[in-house]
Formats: sequence, C-alpha cells, structure tokens
Amino acid sequence: MELPMPSSPNLVALYTITRREVIRILRIWSQTLLPSAITMTLYFVIFGRMVGSRIGEIAPGIQYIDYIVPGLIMMAVITNSYGNISSSFFGAKFGRHVEEMLASPMPSWVILAGYVAGAMLRGLIVAAIVLAISLFFTHIHLYHPWITLLTVLLTSLVFSLAGFVNAVYAKKFDDIALVPTFVLTPLTYLGGVFYSVSALGSPWKEVSYANPILYMVNAFRYGLLGISDVPLGVAFVVMSGFAVVLTVVGMALLNRGIGLRS
Amino acid sequence: MTTIPALDVVELKKTYANGVEALKGVSLTVQPGDFFALLGPNGAGKSTLIGILSSLVNATGGDARVFGVSVLERRNEAMRLIGLVPQELNFNFFEKPFDICVNAAGFYGIPRTVAAERAEKYLKELVLWDKAFQPARAMSGGMKRRLMIARAMMSEPKLLILDEPTAGVDIEIRRTMWKFISGINAAGTTVILTTHYLEEAEQLCRNIAIIDHGHIIENTSMKRLLSKLDVETFVLDLAAPVADLPVVPGVALARVDDMTLEAEMSREHDLNSLFAALSASGVVVRSMRNKANRLEELFVRLVENGKTGKADSGSRAA
Ligand SMILES: Nc1ncnc2c1ncn2[C@@H]1O[C@H](COP(=O)(O)OP(=O)(O)OP(=O)(O)O)[C@@H](O)[C@H]1O
Ligand SMILES: [Mg+2]
Repeated sequence: MELPMPSSPNLVALYTITRREVIRILRIWSQTLLPSAITMTLYFVIFGRMVGSRIGEIAPGIQYIDYIVPGLIMMAVITNSYGNISSSFFGAKFGRHVEEMLASPMPSWVILAGYVAGAMLRGLIVAAIVLAISLFFTHIHLYHPWITLLTVLLTSLVFSLAGFVNAVYAKKFDDIALVPTFVLTPLTYLGGVFYSVSALGSPWKEVSYANPILYMVNAFRYGLLGISDVPLGVAFVVMSGFAVVLTVVGMALLNRGIGLRS
Repeated sequence: MTTIPALDVVELKKTYANGVEALKGVSLTVQPGDFFALLGPNGAGKSTLIGILSSLVNATGGDARVFGVSVLERRNEAMRLIGLVPQELNFNFFEKPFDICVNAAGFYGIPRTVAAERAEKYLKELVLWDKAFQPARAMSGGMKRRLMIARAMMSEPKLLILDEPTAGVDIEIRRTMWKFISGINAAGTTVILTTHYLEEAEQLCRNIAIIDHGHIIENTSMKRLLSKLDVETFVLDLAAPVADLPVVPGVALARVDDMTLEAEMSREHDLNSLFAALSASGVVVRSMRNKANRLEELFVRLVENGKTGKADSGSRAA
C-alpha cells in the first residue's frame, strides 16, 4: 500500500501516523470494522423488516426503514471515529509509545491531524460498509451527494476531535469507555435517529434541539432522502462550530502537554 | 576559540505537580564530541533532566540549549538534534522492531525508503535483525534495550542521550552496546550516558557530572576526578587466620573476618611497607584486590558528603 512519498518532513510525519492508524484498523478489523456491520444489520432487520413494516410510510414514498438508515449510518460514524482515536491514542499513552511522537520534532498539529485522519478514515470505511448493507433492505437515493459527503466528513471530524480530547484527559481505560456509553449513545438515540423530533411535544422538542447530533443526523438524512427537521444552514453552522472549537481545544492540550508531558 | 556547546544547561529547575523538587537549579555544559557521564543515586534527578532535554517534562525554570537551540523556546528544532534512549521501555510491544524504527524515523520526517535502509543497518549492528519482523514483545529484556538504541539512531542525532541503557543487561551484551556507542561517539556524535555501573562510566566517559538531590555536586573530567581519589582501600585474603594485627604507620588496617583484612591508605603510600610489616608478623596474604573500583569509591564519598552537608541545611529544604 505504498503511495507516492511526500517529501516535506511534516508531510512524511503525517503520512507515517495516518498509515500506522490505517494498518491498525485493518489488522484488527474484527474489532474495528465488523461490530458496526453486525449491529447495523440487526437494526435493519428488526426495525426495518419487523417493526417498520407495521409503521408504513413516514413521508410520501419513504418507508420507516429508509427513514432510519441515515441516522444509523451516522451512529456508526460517530462511535467508530470516536472509538478509534480514543482507544488508539489512549493506548499509545498507556503503553508510553506516545513518547516516540512527543519527543520527536513533529509539531502538535501533525500529531493531531494524523490521528484524526486515521479516525475519520475508519468512520468513512464503516459508513461505506453500513451503507452497502443497507442497500439490501432499502431503496435509498442520493438526493444530494455533496451534502451527504460533507455531513459525513464533518461529523467524523467532530467526533474524532472529541475522542482525542477524551483520550488526552483519560487516566485509565474506563475513562474512554464512559463517554460513549453515557453520552454518545443516549444523545444519538435522542437525536432523531428513529423518529422525527418535530412530532415531539414541549419541552422535549426544545430539549432535542440542544443536541448537536440531531443536526448531523438531519443533515445526513437530507442528503440521502431530501427531508430534514432542521434548516440545513443551521446544521452546518453547528457542525463547523464544534469542529473549530474542538480543534482549538485539541491543539491547546497538545501544545501545553496536558496529560502528556509531566 | 569558542565553540557552541552540544548541551548548555542553565539553572534548570523542575518541581513536579505533587510538589517534588526534582531539579533545584542545575547547570552544566557538554562539549561537542564528548562522551559524558551523568551519574547520581536513585531519585537524584537524572531522568528528570533528560526528560526536560527531550521535551517530555516541562521545566519550571532555567533553560537548556542543544547546539545553541533552546529546548524550551524552539522545541521542534532542538528535537531534531537529539536522539533519546529512555530509562523505561516505551515502544509498542505489538509492533515489529523494523516498523518501530521506520515509523520513528517518519516522525523525524525521514522518508520510508531512507528509513528502511537505516533500520536494517542499525538493527543488524545491534544484532537484532533476526527479530526485526516479529512483534517486539517476543524479544528478551536485553534485546528490547538494544531496540531502543537502534530506534534512537534512526534520525542520526548529533546528541545521543542514553538513560541507563545497560540496566539489567548481561555483561556480553553490555560489551556489544559499549562498542556500538563508542563507535557512534568516535564518528562524531556527542553522547550523554547515565548508568549505575560505575566501571562502565569510568571506561567510556571523558567528562562527568554527579547529581544528587537535584543539585550538581561534581562536574569535571574523569581524569581529574579520579586523581582526586587520595585514599584507596584494599581487601587482603589471608592464608591462615590472624590473631593480632600488626601496626603499620600510614595504613589503617581492619579485620573483616578471620581470613580477611581491609587496608585503607593514602595513594602515595607504598605497598612494600605494608607487606613488610605483614610478613614480619607472620601474616600470609593469598590475594589482594581493590575494595571498589576507583570511581565507585569516589562516588560513594561524594554522595555521603552530600548527605552530611544536607543534614546541616536540612531545614532549608522543608
Ligand atoms: N512524574 C513524576 N511526578 C512526580 N515526581 C516525580 C516524577 N518523576 C520523578 N519524580 C521524582 O523526582 C525525583 C527525581 O526522579 P528522577 O526519575 O529524575 O531520578 P533519577 O535520577 O533518574 O533516578 P533513577 O536512578 O532511580 O532512575 C524523585 O524524587 C522522583 O520521585
Ligand atoms: Mg532515572
């Protein structure tokens, strides 16, 4: 898998980290790529075939299973991007080999970009796998390919960065398992994956709009199906806003060596 | 002639978050091409100093310049000049030694093709090539230490810092390591070595600093330091038990057990008078050896003095 070699030192370093991350993802594919494929197939079978067939059409021409597929793909992207960077970077911290990078001449942005690139690639690979599986169960049209792609990129960027911040602060493996279980999964379930928040009553509707994942799920659903509970512009502002803030936080943590340099 | 020192440490201080004052204003200079020993008892602050030089530890005061480049102000540039062999193993045990080396080079911006050649060269020189393509955890402790040396050489640093590279390594492998490091030094790389094997430092190093409780208590050339050793202690193994010790002027003779004596004397004092006196009182000496190697003896004295000195000013540290 040799690509044309970059020549600037920072690009060589960036390529080195990203390549190592991708090799790790492929080497332990049964932990990195397989679980989401299995979980999502179960969702498709249970919610799509068994439950969904009783619900019928959500909107003209859109079956329940079609409606939930975008959210399920987003869920896979979120957990995989987050899980990849938090376990890989925390593992490097725990095994001390993060010191190889910290004592090298690499600037902080290269370390952050390399790990984020690896995590985003995992998010995208899993998204492609889940999308491919969903084609056996649904008839999805790509209404807006660019919006779809941009949403998936921004979402995996946001959660890669968030996973990185988590890994920097984590002191034990429990610390990186807590956030996915107690924050990400609930927020995703409540982020309009399975239902339209516009159908909720007060105050649940208003509360739902405070959930950033809602905007990602809806922007993605718009890309795939052409329907959304939120204005697209707002969704992109929310996603970009989180991406910028988390990049600044990640860089500050690395530059100051918090949790990394004593 | 003024040359830029390979390492110039000025009033370096480190207080850890838990309040431990590991460095209390350390200054030292290492000249280019030197083979420099950094010695000190456990907990003296050696690894803390090395941690700051390799940017893994944040200093709380002072400065350190590597070939004129401040580690604190121009970190990335300074790191380009340094190769680090840390005290604790810090590579990924699941990776293969070859990949560990090539990736480490990648972090320094060295393209894979060049890195692959270097990895082969250094892994072969350190007799690790037959382990290069299996997970690093399958290596023995001594091999893992050598792997860290190979990894540090990947960037062909101008300053190589080794923090107890020979800890727990058998004598044969230690000799291989000495030969390798001496070769690197002869080729022009400045080397800083910490070790608790003092004969190793005595054999290899030209200059030396001794650090204790976060202070440099000695910084001089190995020759000058050894010449400071004015007292030597010999251990004498006897052929038969001895009842009464003869009195020998200028020699403090002491019994260790029935068959062993210790003789402490000034280095100027000749051995003939000792043996004459021993012969006269019928003591037969089977064999004789130095109680400790010379540097060890000095080291113990210096550190002991440091302790008594500290007892006087102990209230200051609290
Ligand atoms: N991360 C840390 N946090 C708090 N205190 C530390 C830390 N690292 C080292 N220390 C303390 O700083 C002091 C100096 O430790 P250091 O590791 O620099 O000693 P050393 O000279 O390398 O010792 P050794 O020969 O045992 O390796 C010790 O008192 C140690 O307990
Ligand atoms: Mg140490």
